[in-house]
Amino acid sequence: MDLQSSETLQITCEEDLVRVRQATRARAVLLGLSLVNLTKIVTAASELARNTLTFGGGGTAIVATVHNGDRPGLRLIFEDHGPGITDIELAMKDGYTGGKGLGLGLGGSKRLVNEFEISSRVGEGTRVSITRWK
Amino acid sequence: MGLESNSKLVEVLGEKGRVSLNDWKEAQWAAIKIRREPITEEELYREASDFMSLFQQAVKEAFLSDIRDPVWLKMREMLSALSISRARRGFTPTEMATFVLSFKQPLFEALKQAHGTDSGALLSDVWMTTVLLDKLGLYCVEEYQKTREAIISRQQKDLLELSTPVVQLWPGVLTLPLIGTLDSERTQLVMERLLQKIVDTGSQIAIIDITGVPTVDTLVAQHLMKTIAAAHLMGAECFLSGISPQIAQTVVHLGVKFGDIVTKATLADAFGLALKRIGLVVIKKSGE
Amino acid sequence: MERIPILRMGDVLLVSIQVDMHDRLAQTLQEELAERVVKDRARGVLIDISVLEIVDSFIGRLLGRIASISRILDAETVIVGMQPAVSITLVELGISLDGVRTALNVERGMELLASSISLRTQE
Repeated sequence: MDLQSSETLQITCEEDLVRVRQATRARAVLLGLSLVNLTKIVTAASELARNTLTFGGGGTAIVATVHNGDRPGLRLIFEDHGPGITDIELAMKDGYTGGKGLGLGLGGSKRLVNEFEISSRVGEGTRVSITRWK
Repeated sequence: MGLESNSKLVEVLGEKGRVSLNDWKEAQWAAIKIRREPITEEELYREASDFMSLFQQAVKEAFLSDIRDPVWLKMREMLSALSISRARRGFTPTEMATFVLSFKQPLFEALKQAHGTDSGALLSDVWMTTVLLDKLGLYCVEEYQKTREAIISRQQKDLLELSTPVVQLWPGVLTLPLIGTLDSERTQLVMERLLQKIVDTGSQIAIIDITGVPTVDTLVAQHLMKTIAAAHLMGAECFLSGISPQIAQTVVHLGVKFGDIVTKATLADAFGLALKRIGLVVIKKSGE
Repeated sequence: MERIPILRMGDVLLVSIQVDMHDRLAQTLQEELAERVVKDRARGVLIDISVLEIVDSFIGRLLGRIASISRILDAETVIVGMQPAVSITLVELGISLDGVRTALNVERGMELLASSISLRTQE
């Protein structure tokens, strides 16, 4: 992975969600993503950052510019040291709620991006990486 | 790479040199005139003398066989501009390369006369200039190719625009007549344009007419459904018209649920309904 | 404290969301709207989101909740001005905003509310 330039943001309170959205948006504009693709990745960032805060008890977001050959893209990595997810397949399903009335986050976010990777260990935390190519 | 000490290249290219610009121009003009391409004799002469003087300058400054060297910058710019203009005028790559490669003949002729019986020195000069001119010729072809590719990709885009116009049928009523095979990417692009046009024109109703679409696959059907849902979120309504019997069967077979979507057999039916929705009626004038 | 202004126009309460809302601000809006619907005896709520750059599932649910709460309080909600990119994203995300009425712009939204209010008044 070629992390050309990146920034790391802390997610510890609700205001941080706004900051993650703004950082994602700024970088998407810089990359020249189309309006629809920009909207999709910022929305996905919002969903996943909220998951990190609500289910993971806080964590970090890395916003990075990446390259696949000539094609630039935007990659976001969300990490937390929360309780983790027992059944990822179930959690990815639409309508799944993590107990606090939320849901859609994971499955919906996956549809908004080109690449979606999730890894989680019970008791250790969760890591979600998403990429949207230009 | 430098020139041999007994090289006569700079000499023959000099002001009192023996390279005959006129012969070269004449030869080029004769070759091109047959095809009656849209290029004037003056234009060709100017291009040829530009090439020759840039070649002279670069060789005088430093003979380098690497044409990416800054010494050749002006030459590259000139050839690049020339390739672009010729590609647009429909010249072939061969004709483009010939412009440069044909310079060998007058140059070699001049070198032969200058070197007289010193065949070793002549061979060395000829070899060096051959390598160089070949590279310049290939550079022209590459630039030519780039221009052609840019033209093709622009035409593809134009074609997409032309093949999917969003038309206003009435204030507040848009239609998108889709024609030809729909692939997923094209459908997505077209749908984005339709939604934008809905906002721009403030249209309450959009009719997607697929009379000219021979077949749809699951992905395209889903794109249609998503567009209709997205239009609904924006406060507009989409009707689907012109569904062929084959498409109706495919859609049912694929298990795509068209749910609450308003479908009409023809664009005219859909337009009639649209007028009714915005509160208009069409009345026949009495006595006619 | 930061808040989103709620304007009144006849029977209708007007809200224009112009900032990237954090969750608490959204929650405050929901509570204030409910109170104002009752206090002003409003029959309609119009929410303009034409400058919102994204609507995620949280905001989507908020809009749905506002509509449900208002309906119980006898006021109808119309969401107006959603941008194409936002609506495409919402559909992809799987949010349909069931039970929420929509209109292209404020003008259309007011028309929609006016006709629906006069219909309900006749009942």
